[in-house]
Parts: sequence; structure tokens; C-alpha cells
Amino acid sequence: MDFNNDLVQNMVSIVPEILMTVLALAVIYLDLYLPAGRRQATVGYVAGIGLLIIGGLAALIPTGGNTLADQLMFGGMIRSDDLAKIFKVMIITVGGLTCFMGMGDLRLRYKSEFYAIIIIASIGASLLSAAADIVMLFVALETLSISLYILAGFIRTSQNSTAAEVEYANRSSESGLKYFLFGAFTSAFLLYGLTLVYGLSGGETSIYQIGPNLATSEHGTAVIIVALGMVVVGFGFKISAVPFHFWTPDVYEGAPTPVTSYISVASKAASFAVLTRFMLAVFPPEQLLDGLEGYSTWWVQLLAMTSVVTMTLGNLLALVQTNIKRMIAYSSIAQAGYALIGVVAIASDSSAGSGAAAVSFYMFMYVMTNTLLFTGIILFSNATNSETIRDMAGLSRRNPAIALGMTIALLSLGGIPPAAGFFGKFVLFRAAVDADMVWLAIIGVLNAIVALYYYLVVIKVMYVDRSPDDDQPIAMPAPYGFVVGVTSLAVVFLGVFFTPVWNWATTAGSDLFLR
Amino acid sequence: MVPLWMFLMVSAGLFSLGVFGVLSRRNAIAILMSVELMLNAANINLVAFWRYLNPDNIAGQVFAAFVFAVAAGEAAVGLALILAIYRNRQTVIVEDVNLMKW
Repeated sequence: MDFNNDLVQNMVSIVPEILMTVLALAVIYLDLYLPAGRRQATVGYVAGIGLLIIGGLAALIPTGGNTLADQLMFGGMIRSDDLAKIFKVMIITVGGLTCFMGMGDLRLRYKSEFYAIIIIASIGASLLSAAADIVMLFVALETLSISLYILAGFIRTSQNSTAAEVEYANRSSESGLKYFLFGAFTSAFLLYGLTLVYGLSGGETSIYQIGPNLATSEHGTAVIIVALGMVVVGFGFKISAVPFHFWTPDVYEGAPTPVTSYISVASKAASFAVLTRFMLAVFPPEQLLDGLEGYSTWWVQLLAMTSVVTMTLGNLLALVQTNIKRMIAYSSIAQAGYALIGVVAIASDSSAGSGAAAVSFYMFMYVMTNTLLFTGIILFSNATNSETIRDMAGLSRRNPAIALGMTIALLSLGGIPPAAGFFGKFVLFRAAVDADMVWLAIIGVLNAIVALYYYLVVIKVMYVDRSPDDDQPIAMPAPYGFVVGVTSLAVVFLGVFFTPVWNWATTAGSDLFLR
Repeated sequence: MVPLWMFLMVSAGLFSLGVFGVLSRRNAIAILMSVELMLNAANINLVAFWRYLNPDNIAGQVFAAFVFAVAAGEAAVGLALILAIYRNRQTVIVEDVNLMKW
């Protein structure tokens, strides 16, 4: 296999990760160096603004070239293409926004480690979206996962904690433990699947070498399907697909809300990037194998079934939730089901790459939307100490900006124009139709209608219902105002002027089919 | 020389033991130990495949070394989380950790 041996291009392709490493060290150093009074605000702003700048920079970095060999960097460890780039931009940007969200959370803002671990998790996630080698894939995945286990169980008690604080810390460590046990178990499955793939391909670790080797190997189909299934278990956990979703509601409810937001967007986006890349490279369709029969039909059927079950179960269980974070957890399971439609559409796609393009665009809009939604939830629950949907009554009179932001986010998740979710769903369902899977598109549309109900209920509670606290305004601190402003603009912009991002996503999708 | 399939059988057995342990144990530390068994099964696979299939390319051995490092990190974080639970609730039995359920 040929790789890009140009040292400058190799180094340029990981500039965002290098800068993030420097930033993480700088944050830890600043924590030790600054006097206690000035520490919290400074460290948070350095981490947040630093990540936003690096995210912007990641968009400017050129890809390796126009052939597969030119794009494979560091001996095939990572691939520098537009798919990696678009996912890196969204991951690093929401990492920065999450730092701003943490600055307003009273239980997180005094801990500089929070910002450092968010940065390290972002390094793992951006390397994961670029990984082109199973060693890199596993290490990046674990960098992301282990950081998130720590973040989910981040809240500690001290001797003078109140009963409410102890309860909050108990929920946080419980969610950390549940996330850890499920995560470690499924990543062991993923690892075992990867070692089988390594062995069946005759000892290759580059995913672009494994694909052709598997297709020409003499091993029976059964053993390859076992390996495929184990890998799907690992990725299914990360994207919270049914039946590997049991951790999602508990972890989302118990973890500190900025962390919940980060888990629901960055971790999911990176996992979709790697799922798309891995499946297409290791079990490729015929057009990538010069007519040889690959194993793409197996995973297409498997993921199509997973997609249907995931979106249906996610939406049905979301209907009965009373806690807003739990409702968003089930909604995010359903959103993963929609995005899986795009992954399914890739392999049987006549117009190469429109499925991957749809996934990229959908995740772009989804990370912005969910960040906006969770920012609103933090502001609301900080003011009321409650996370139940009923207590959101009268939010539009207590702070119209928060209510408007959350309305935009909920409409976007529900797929109502002009918010970005409409175009996102449209391209996903179109990709399914292009791939001759009309039934999948129809199930997706039906699910979108069911989902609309529970999104609209929240909007109705915020705008129509009255509460005794209607006359007590909720303040919006500066960092939150910034996050709400940026993400609201992004969601509306992506919904109205979608062309630049959609073109970028299309390039990303066709890059996957480069030879 | 010992044939490759013998290594794979040992590894598959170890992996199954690990899965059984995770599913049947109630103690969080025992579950953590079972996960370590599963990771070690993957390591046996990696080293055996490397030695028998592609000994010139040390990627398989390197992968196994990375798995050690990841397993150590995972154990450290896992034990820290279990300790945090134990300090507040005096239990490491996963069934008792049930503040949140649907």
C-alpha cells in the first residue's frame, strides 16, 4: 500500500490535534499558576476560545490530495480527507461551546480539570473521525470513552455539602459507573471483533488493506459475519443504537448537563464518522472491489433493521418521559436511528457518497441543535433546580431568549422548516430513496411525525402554560448568551443557506469512494 | 509447533468466561475483572495472529501493547468511579446503584 510520505503534509494534517494537546497542557498550567480569585473565569475562557479558534483552523487545513494514497498519513494511521475535516470542525467547535456551558455551572466552574478533559476528549474524537487503521481507531475511541467516563462521574461531595448536593453527586457517580461498565464491556467486544478482522485479513491493520483482503480470503462467510457483528456491538453502543442503548437515559439524566450535551453530540458525531468510514472500507460494496463480492449486503441489512428499531423505540419511549434530559436522551436515540438511514444508503448507492454526505450534514445540524437545547436546559434547571418538563411552564415570560432558542432547537429536531433539521431529514430520506430503500424512508417519515408530538408539547408548556413564578425572570450569563446566540444562528443558517455546508458534505461523501 | 487454532480456542474460551462473568456478577469490581479477561483474550488473538500470519509487520504486537495501556487506563478510571460510589453509599453491588431507572 502507498502512503503520503511528504513530511510537511503529514504534520499539517494533525495540526488541530497538536494545538489541542498544547491547549490542554496550558489549561492545567494556568490552573496552578493563576491566583485563586482569577482562576475560574480565565481558565474557562482560554479553553473555550482556544477550542473555537482551533475549530476554525481545522476548516482551513487542506486535505492530503485527490487520491487515497495521498490522503493516508503517518503510514496509513489517519486519513486526511473532507469527511475527517467536516467532523473535526463540528467536534472541536462544540468542545469549545461546552467549555462555555461549563463556566456557568456552579458545580463545574471551579474545576479546571473539567476543561482539560473536554479538550482531551476532543482530541480523541477528532482522531477517531480520521482513523484509517484499526490500532488508531481503538486508541482514539478509548481516549474519547475514558475521558467521558471521568466527565460523567465528575461531581464529588465535600464534608459541608447539602443534601441536594449529595443527591446530585450520587446521580453523577452512578451515571459514570453505568457508562463505564457498559462502555468497557462493549469496547471489549469491539476489540475482539477488530482482532478477528486483523487475523482474517492475514495480519493487516490498515482498513483500506483489510477490505480487499477479506473479500479475496478463503475463510467462510460465517466467521467474517461474527467479526462484523462484534464490531457493530461496539459502534452501536457509541451511537446509542437499540439494543445497545440502555445506558443512554441514565447517563444523560445523571451526568452534569454540559457533559450530557458533549456526550450526545461530540461522541455521537465521531462515532458516526468512524462507522461510515470503517464499514465502507472493511466490508466494501462491489464498486470498490472491481466487481468482487464484498460483505456489504450483510451490514446493510443489519444496520437497516437497527435503524428501524432504534428510531421507533426511541420515539415511543420519549413520548412518556417527564424529565427533560431523559426525554432528550430518547430523542437522541431516535436521531441516531435517522442518521443510520444515511449509513445504510452508502453501500447500495448509485450516486456515490450521497448517503455519507447526508450523514455528515445531519450530524452537523444535530450537534448545533442539541448544544442549543442543552444550553437552554442548563439555564432553566439552574434557576429552578428542576428538570421536569412541567416546571418549564412560563419560560417564555421568564426569559424570552431562552424559550426562543429552545423552540428553534426543538423545531429543528422535529424537522420543521426553516430550522436545519428539515433539510437534514430531507437529504437523509432522499439518500434512502436513491439507494432503492423507499420503505426505510417511509418508516423514517412516520417516525418524524410521532416525534413531532413530544417536541411540540415542550414548546406548548414553555409558551402557553402558566406558572406562579411567571414574574421572576431568569438571568442569562454572558457565556451562555454567546452559546445560545452562536448555535441559534447556526441552526437557522444551516436551514436557510444550506448550500455551502451541503456542498462540503457532498465532497466529504465522495472522498470516501476515492481509490 | 503448536497450531494456530489452539491459541484461538484458548482465546475464545477466555473471552466467553469474561462475558459470562460480566453478565453474572453483581460486584462491580468482579465485573471490571471480567472485562479485563475479555481484553486479554483479544491480546492472545492479536499476538497469535501476528506470529503465525504476518511476523514481519509488527503492527499486531504494537496493537497488543496499546491494549495493555488502554486496559490499565480503563481499570484506573473504573476503580476511581467505584470508589466514588462506595464513599457515598457503602456498596459496590451494581443492583444497589439504582437511583435512576425508567
